[in-house]
Amino acid sequence: MLLRVAMLGAGLAWAGAAAAGEGNPFLPVAGAEFHSALPSGRQDKVLVRGFLLQRHPVTNAEFLAFVSAHREWQRGSAPRILADADYLGHWSGPLELGSHAAAAQPVTRVSWFAAQAYCEAQQARLPTWYEWELAAAASGTQRDARSDPAWRQQILDWYARPAGEGLAAIEQAAANVYGLHDIHGVVWEWVLDFDSLLPADADPERFCGSGAQNLQEKENYAVLMRIALLGSLRAADTGHAIGFRCARNVEATP
Amino acid sequence: MTGARRTGLLGVACLLGAWLTAAAAAAPKPQGTAPGDFGPPQGEPIHAQLTSPPFVPPPIHRNHPAKVIVELEVREVEREISEGVTYTFWTFGGTTPGSFIRVRQGDTVEFHLKNYPDNKMPHNIDLHGVTGPGGGAASSFTAPGHESQFTFKALNQGIYVYHCATAPVGMHIANGMYGLMLVEPPAGMQPVDHEYYVMQGDFYTVGKYRERGHQEFDMQRAIDERPTYVLFNGSEGSLVGEHALKARVGDHVRLFVGNGGPNLVSSFHVIGAIFDRVRYEGGLHEQENVQTTLIPAGGAAIVEFHVRVPGSYVLVDHSILRAFNKGALAILKAEGAEDKSIYSGKELDSVYLGDKAANLAAVSEARAAEASGTLTKAQQIKAGESRFTGTCSVCHQANGEGLPNVFPPLARSDFLMADKQRAIGIVLNGLTGKVTVNGNVFNSVMPPMSQLNDDELANILTFVRNSWGNSGEAVSADEVKQIRASTRRPEGAAH
Repeated sequence: MLLRVAMLGAGLAWAGAAAAGEGNPFLPVAGAEFHSALPSGRQDKVLVRGFLLQRHPVTNAEFLAFVSAHREWQRGSAPRILADADYLGHWSGPLELGSHAAAAQPVTRVSWFAAQAYCEAQQARLPTWYEWELAAAASGTQRDARSDPAWRQQILDWYARPAGEGLAAIEQAAANVYGLHDIHGVVWEWVLDFDSLLPADADPERFCGSGAQNLQEKENYAVLMRIALLGSLRAADTGHAIGFRCARNVEATP
Repeated sequence: MTGARRTGLLGVACLLGAWLTAAAAAAPKPQGTAPGDFGPPQGEPIHAQLTSPPFVPPPIHRNHPAKVIVELEVREVEREISEGVTYTFWTFGGTTPGSFIRVRQGDTVEFHLKNYPDNKMPHNIDLHGVTGPGGGAASSFTAPGHESQFTFKALNQGIYVYHCATAPVGMHIANGMYGLMLVEPPAGMQPVDHEYYVMQGDFYTVGKYRERGHQEFDMQRAIDERPTYVLFNGSEGSLVGEHALKARVGDHVRLFVGNGGPNLVSSFHVIGAIFDRVRYEGGLHEQENVQTTLIPAGGAAIVEFHVRVPGSYVLVDHSILRAFNKGALAILKAEGAEDKSIYSGKELDSVYLGDKAANLAAVSEARAAEASGTLTKAQQIKAGESRFTGTCSVCHQANGEGLPNVFPPLARSDFLMADKQRAIGIVLNGLTGKVTVNGNVFNSVMPPMSQLNDDELANILTFVRNSWGNSGEAVSADEVKQIRASTRRPEGAAH
């Protein structure tokens, strides 16, 4: 993913006011040394530097503002190699949400390219997997709640429902300790390095055997399912339940 | 199956034993390096007819290898796992077990795996009948809203399990992602009167057995191998009552029996029948005169028997508590003339079949009425009777008379009718020790029945308090709920 390097650069170079608006502010997530759920073969304790992450997933209304200003990302204009045929397919028109896409619902059916372009327009970037995972490990009271069975069950309960039932609006559930909403329970989220979480010839990760290995730490398997989902996607893919939020480097903030 | 034609008899040695039809075509000569490779596909591609359980696609009458296109769609669906209990199944083709696939040895199978756009999870498929890495899993990892395609040659005949192998594999299988693929021998299989598709699986829910409402998957129970349900065809009601398998006296029945697991090995048995033949583990060899056959998790068998006398034949996992306490029970109902020279004609004991065989329409009706606030005492009595049968009647007897000196009577019972609150408490929490009923002393043990829900207990109590000469007011689910909340008990006992 050549684009990734460029995007990181863009994030670092960011300065000035955000176009994201006060409605979805970037909140600080303190750095930490962290046990990742990524399958073995990668280092499993990683240092994540402090960063900023948007309070909730980007909404239909926020994404509509973006495509209004960036014609090239409107449905019908975005090239297929950057966004598949179902890109924003639930909107009633290129600049119209309609009855199947409420303003306060997270935007879905967006490709990785589109998500990254959106973040770039906010002088931001997608979070890396490790950043996202660190933020997602929190509950309302703990920075690392991953060994809490109640926390885990809450995530799994969401997994257990098909996505066809309609997405919840943002910020219906309580925030975690960072003030972040809806990290779990509404949509999957793109991350910057989604395509390198699993080795390129991902055989052992993708079918028999991987489950057993990774389930040695069973508190990780809820997170592992997210890795599996991301691993099944290509950057132009969209999905009914995948959205995103943006991140920024701490030093890039005014 | 257009263009399929039978060729004439060639009278070749019956290498495949009894599984060849008497009028079979010649066994084709292998053409490739593998024994089951009969060369490139011939004729127009064929779209495989898939069936939902318990049905099996019709036999293949084809004398050449073909290209067969299989299109299987993954759907994540919420449906009943037991009466009043819902669960989110992940399925191949909308059902658990998944669609039955039938091809011929030597066929080239073009496989399309479609992941429905509203699904939340990525999925893939590992077909045990495929020779190649991951059995197809390596080539079929598919995001929601996408489709994968891969092609394989069905080299080995037999009955094969397929399943999802996306991490965490155990969870995908536990949610119902498995099914069977039959690879017919080149000359086909002996015609029979009925072919049915039955597949066992174990299920792990957060709530207890039959605890009402939507139940979520419980990973810890799955790891501990402590299933809440062990089921044939994914639901307690899938093969009983009006959904029972059907046959007639004299019929030759063939069952394709799989076991999806994820954990348990099945001791498959049909009460009242002896299998004439079993292709154990789905292999080529067969065993005869089998009472119970072991079906490994991720394995299958083909069993055949003849129905000699009418009645209900009960399919069970003979690890028997699974049958009577976790749901692993199905019925094959055979109609036709009695043959008293073979069997005296007395049918299976209705108590033995228990409430699983009962018509639960009255229970459903009462539940709907309760939900809409229109539940009547008469509905409660009817629903309670269904539940009483097979649960309470085992000891208290169907006529409520109990057994002298052992089980107290409920009919015209002074003890029962004297105190409604006490009666509720006894059913919920059990009772041990001396009681005097209608002047007779009983010193026995009744286990707690707290595994039953508030409305079930209310209906049962309303039934017994208004039957066999008893007459009293109805018991409401709220009354049961209050006593459940204010008293203590050991974990719910089974019946």
